[in-house]
Amino acid sequence: MKRQLILEDGTTFTGVAFGSSEERIGEVVFNTGMTGYQETLSDPSYCGQIVTMTYPLIGNYGINRDDFETINPSIFGFVVKEFCETPSNFRSDESLNTYLKANHIPGIAGIDTRKLTKILRKHGTMRGILTKAEYEDKQAVEKVRQAEPLTNQVEQVSTVKPYVSPGRGYRIVLVDFGMKHGILRELTLRNCHVTVVPHNYNAENILRLKPDGIMLTNGPGNPKNVPEAIEMIKQVIPTVPTFGICLGHQLLALACGADTAKLKFGHRGSNHPVYDYETKRTYLTSQNHGYAVTEASIHHTDLELTQIALNDKTVEGVKHSVYPAFSVQYHPESSPGPDDTNYLFDRFIENIANYQAAQKEEA
Amino acid sequence: MPKRTDIQKILVIGSGPIVIGQAAEFDYSGTQACQSLKEEGYTVVLANSNPATIMTDHTIADTVYMEPLTVEFLSKIIRKERPDAVLPTLGGQTGLNLAVALDESGILEEFNAELLGSKLDAIQNAEDREKFRKLMNEINEPVPESQIVTTVGEALDFAGEIGYPLIVRPAYTLGGTGGGMCYNEDDLKEITRNGLSLSPVNQCLIEKNIAGFKEIEYEVMRDKNDQAIVVCNMENIDPVGIHTGDSIVVAPSQTLSDREYQMLRSSSLKIIRALEIEGGCNVQLALDPDSFQYYIIEVNPRVSRSSALASKATGYPIAKIAAKIAIGMTLDEIMNPITGTTYACYEPALDYVVSKFPRFPFDKFVLGNRQLGTQMKATGEVMAIGRNFEEAMLKGIRSLDISGEDFYLPKLIDLSMETLKERLVKADDERIYVLAEVLRKGMSIEEIFELTKIDRFFLEKLKNVIDLESKLADHPQDRKLLKEAKEIGLSDTQIARVWNVEVDDIYHTRKEAGLMPVYKMVDTCAAEFESETPYFYSSYEEENESVVSDRKKVVVIGSGPIRIGQGIEFDYATVHSVLALREAGYEAIIMNSNPETVSTDFSVSDKLYFEPLTLEDVMHVVELEQPEGVIVQFGGQTAINLAEGLERRGVKILGTPLEAIDTAENRDRFEQLLQELNIPQPQGKSVRQLDQAKEAAASIGYPVLVRPSYVIGGSQMEIVYNEDELEGYLAKTNHIKHKHPVLIDKYLTGIEVEVDAISDGETTIIPGVMEHIERAGVHSGDSIAVYPTQRLSEEIKQTCVDTTIKIAEKLGVKGLINIQFVVHKNEVYVLEVNPRASRTIPFLSKITGVTMANLATRCIIGDSLANIGYQSGLLPEPETVSVKVPVFSFEKLRSVDTMLGPEMKSTGEAIGRDRTLEKALYKGLTASGLKIPMEGAVLITVADKDKEEACQIAKRFFELGFHLYATAGTAEAIKNLNLPVTEVGKVGTEGKNVLSIIEQGEVQVVVNSLTSGKKPRSDGFRIRREAVEHGIACLTSLDTAEAIVNVIDSTTFTAKPAVEGKAIVL
Repeated sequence: MKRQLILEDGTTFTGVAFGSSEERIGEVVFNTGMTGYQETLSDPSYCGQIVTMTYPLIGNYGINRDDFETINPSIFGFVVKEFCETPSNFRSDESLNTYLKANHIPGIAGIDTRKLTKILRKHGTMRGILTKAEYEDKQAVEKVRQAEPLTNQVEQVSTVKPYVSPGRGYRIVLVDFGMKHGILRELTLRNCHVTVVPHNYNAENILRLKPDGIMLTNGPGNPKNVPEAIEMIKQVIPTVPTFGICLGHQLLALACGADTAKLKFGHRGSNHPVYDYETKRTYLTSQNHGYAVTEASIHHTDLELTQIALNDKTVEGVKHSVYPAFSVQYHPESSPGPDDTNYLFDRFIENIANYQAAQKEEA
Repeated sequence: MPKRTDIQKILVIGSGPIVIGQAAEFDYSGTQACQSLKEEGYTVVLANSNPATIMTDHTIADTVYMEPLTVEFLSKIIRKERPDAVLPTLGGQTGLNLAVALDESGILEEFNAELLGSKLDAIQNAEDREKFRKLMNEINEPVPESQIVTTVGEALDFAGEIGYPLIVRPAYTLGGTGGGMCYNEDDLKEITRNGLSLSPVNQCLIEKNIAGFKEIEYEVMRDKNDQAIVVCNMENIDPVGIHTGDSIVVAPSQTLSDREYQMLRSSSLKIIRALEIEGGCNVQLALDPDSFQYYIIEVNPRVSRSSALASKATGYPIAKIAAKIAIGMTLDEIMNPITGTTYACYEPALDYVVSKFPRFPFDKFVLGNRQLGTQMKATGEVMAIGRNFEEAMLKGIRSLDISGEDFYLPKLIDLSMETLKERLVKADDERIYVLAEVLRKGMSIEEIFELTKIDRFFLEKLKNVIDLESKLADHPQDRKLLKEAKEIGLSDTQIARVWNVEVDDIYHTRKEAGLMPVYKMVDTCAAEFESETPYFYSSYEEENESVVSDRKKVVVIGSGPIRIGQGIEFDYATVHSVLALREAGYEAIIMNSNPETVSTDFSVSDKLYFEPLTLEDVMHVVELEQPEGVIVQFGGQTAINLAEGLERRGVKILGTPLEAIDTAENRDRFEQLLQELNIPQPQGKSVRQLDQAKEAAASIGYPVLVRPSYVIGGSQMEIVYNEDELEGYLAKTNHIKHKHPVLIDKYLTGIEVEVDAISDGETTIIPGVMEHIERAGVHSGDSIAVYPTQRLSEEIKQTCVDTTIKIAEKLGVKGLINIQFVVHKNEVYVLEVNPRASRTIPFLSKITGVTMANLATRCIIGDSLANIGYQSGLLPEPETVSVKVPVFSFEKLRSVDTMLGPEMKSTGEAIGRDRTLEKALYKGLTASGLKIPMEGAVLITVADKDKEEACQIAKRFFELGFHLYATAGTAEAIKNLNLPVTEVGKVGTEGKNVLSIIEQGEVQVVVNSLTSGKKPRSDGFRIRREAVEHGIACLTSLDTAEAIVNVIDSTTFTAKPAVEGKAIVL
């Protein structure tokens, strides 16, 4: 069966349909990871997006029960060169195709994904429609252009109710803007008692939980679409050690008075080098973001630039010069991607310990 | 961190002659390293004994020493040059071993020369089995259960503990030399004994067998700031059990989930950090297909064959970056040369699939043991890139230049399923074709998996190809299927076979339908960043990224995989041709399929098409680029073979016309040409029918030389002395497709002379005439070549020169021509004419200073030699004597007879240069790895026809103080000269016999010319193999033996009585 991907500039790719048969409009982005499609598919940060995998063979090792980053995937569409119908891996439970079908995710295969990637690189991220090849000439393009831009992705993917992942260590409140399971896994690994709260949980409620630390997670879309979280962060960071990842990082920056802006085509992949001014070393990181904190906007705030992207010099990490808060743009929890920056979770735990020791001394 | 300023001069150690396991990849890495260091302003001194390399060009380093790579000679270089530092990690295992030896000798300390790259303990921690195991245990990385042994007994004890099968891995040997899989006690005894004797430290690792695990490799880099990255990971299609050099490999890994990928990545980085390597490193891991259990198999603390492959597969130049790291720079300050805007601290993202196929020498060594195991047997490799797996694989297969362009071996069709199954279980060099055949015969994926343990993913892909093939067969001329077939990489040849039409028909159908490939760029980043790299591969996709310029352009065809008879020399010539074209203002476009070489470094040419060298693939490039023409004369026989098809399709062949190539290669036309020019050649006939052969041979008179026409390196060429042998020969070569006739020539004995010349059609210059130490009958590539000639009269030499000029003119040669002569009874006969670059081009270019491939290219594009300032004739000869000594890889090829003959067997070459022939020979032989004994014993055992000559050699050995051993017949002859000789029994006799004295190390040289009579296990054969396996020089040509005696004579002193004969009393 044929399917088309039509971009808002009118570029049309005709390929083969796979996955579910829904028509979807979304922001078309590309991811350069050569492995990790299952984690990507289930990363809530992709809510509202149609993701193109630049590696041409996807689905080779199937879909397994372990590697999901969320229960209900929120990605809008999946674009590949070729999907594998006969996966081979000891953990494989089903094929990519059957998974996408069951989860109402439309896919398109058999198109020149490199050509598509180059278009997105040159012209920047665009919206597009995944559809059966039925539209008259400009009809589809009009439909894409007229679609209301999404602003409520965080609401769509965040938990509705608070819940607890118990542990005997530090008590962490994790604010879920579209949390990848990886973050929870890392905290659990460090024996934390994690209370996951919805994105719109206010500061008072959070502080009432008497957390030792606050984790601001990743999530989809523009950080400015979650203003209530920015307010909350302003109120909690003076007294609770805080660690932000991805959207959480952007929100922390906004809360401290810095600004964010949309990148031309974003950073999505498992091979992004980031230089850490504190350790004076470069790490390979897993990234997925379309917005970034603007460097100039940091200067008049209490934030310090701690990490930058080696290649395009965009902001990758900040730290508060007074409060025990820091954040990174990328994903130290990896999944998918390298675990080079896993040490940041240890740093978070240390921050909590140091902060508490200092508090004790003061007292 | 900026580069170091406390060092200025760096000695780079090359890898020496090409042997199996250490090939052109080190020319590529060495060249990159030298350039990279020069770029940073250091003075680079290079030591390498391999003249066929680009790295030994005087432009690559500031000073080049083509001297033997031994502690002795390197010490001399260090004394003379006083380098501040030595960089050994780009010279393969040879470089590393020398680093260790130089350090032990104390010379580095004496001259305060620092080892760059990796610290010595890092090298030892990785190379020494025990230290490595200890380190892995310390950092908690799993290694298979194993034990280090130094005796066969210990190995047997260990086997008693953990059972069979086991793997034997000798320490510090190259390409797994001497190792192997053992299924029982006999295997274990034999392989361990062999491995211990080959290991320079007499150490073997006996390891638990993890055959069937996935074999995964990671190419990692680290700098002194402990920043570490993975350049590329690769998955072997053949599971653990077959040496990775002999495995079919894909990049990136295909069947690993991100968790597995990252687990092995983290492990690899942990290891490179624990070893504190500064530079590149290769980690080989085995992964259980059914769990997360993995083992570290091996670590190479240096750039390697795999890193060359990874560089070409990703575009990331590992050697170049490793050299910069060695001088203190860090990954985050070195630019990624592909994008020019991003940094080397980066892990390339691929948006294509890469396949690598090993190229085996069994088209030459028909009787060699073809079974694959832990000891590498491939001489070279090809790489192919596609947008899907099938495409990458099929392109790789047709790049091998073995089965035509098809994924199909006709000789397998009639084999029984039982035989095929056996060949699946015991993998050999043709397994990929066997897989195709069993799939055609309907074997299920599950059954194949059970037999091979090849991951089902790969088997499904192969099945895809075969399924489509049968669909095609059911629907002849179906355009939609044709498109599908092209999209997954089927060649026109394969489709033509299935449809039973001519290849050209498919080509025309496609052209009409506009079914042509586009070209995609290799850019390290999956299009995320803008790149300008002129590095392309084809695929049946939408967007073409190879922008055609409006410049005048020429396509140069490379030589494909390194194989016996077509080595790195042709890459050397190709690179020089490309450089000459660029100098002349042309856009130089190169096509090649060999990832090991300098020619496929994208910075060499204006545009690189990494593609199979087949008519179909070349036509696609030609049609897109519309060049002035195509140059085929530098890429060896592979490129020459394309000429006919290209011309048929209307492509202009630049340089020597196809007509001339055909005249030189077509027996009858060649004979006619020589007759016209009144040039003598050995009497000969070409026959098409096999039964005509006997008649022809009888009329010419034995001995005769028989061979098929249109072959490289004397494939299947033999001297036969009688009709029986002729019959044997014909029976053996029966399977050859007799599209081309069989040639039968009179075998004339005499001095063989070789000439390389350059002609523009009017002027023909001869940079040098070389003579061979071994008489005609030994393949020129296996002979020691000497320049300038030492035994030829001026008159003979002039005849060679005149004949060359006449032939070049008559043929209308534009470019290079190589002619081989034999001087028989003071008459010069022409043996062979090759109107193309020869194996001796780099050797001659380097010693004469004439950049031959460059000049030839200028002739090809229309420059005249007269304009450049040359006139016809022989160029002046220098005083220095240079020799080119062949290097063999016999210790890696079991069951291959080491007897030299008309069929080429060497894999590489070394150079020796000095004031006298003997000194040059000493260096050349030493550089070739031969140990020249100054004292000891020699075993002489020769055929009857050689006895007289052999006795003279025996006499000289005796005079030089050697003890003589001989078998009965030879001993008898020696006794007749009143020389003391110890007679030893034949193979299999009780007590001291020929084999036992070799085994016990009682002799240092073996002179053996017992003809094998083509029986695989004759006595002569056993003696020669025994010598090879014990690392003892075995000379099968009396000429080589004599040369060595001369060398020993000139470098040692003999005891002679003060006065000979009767005292004269005044």
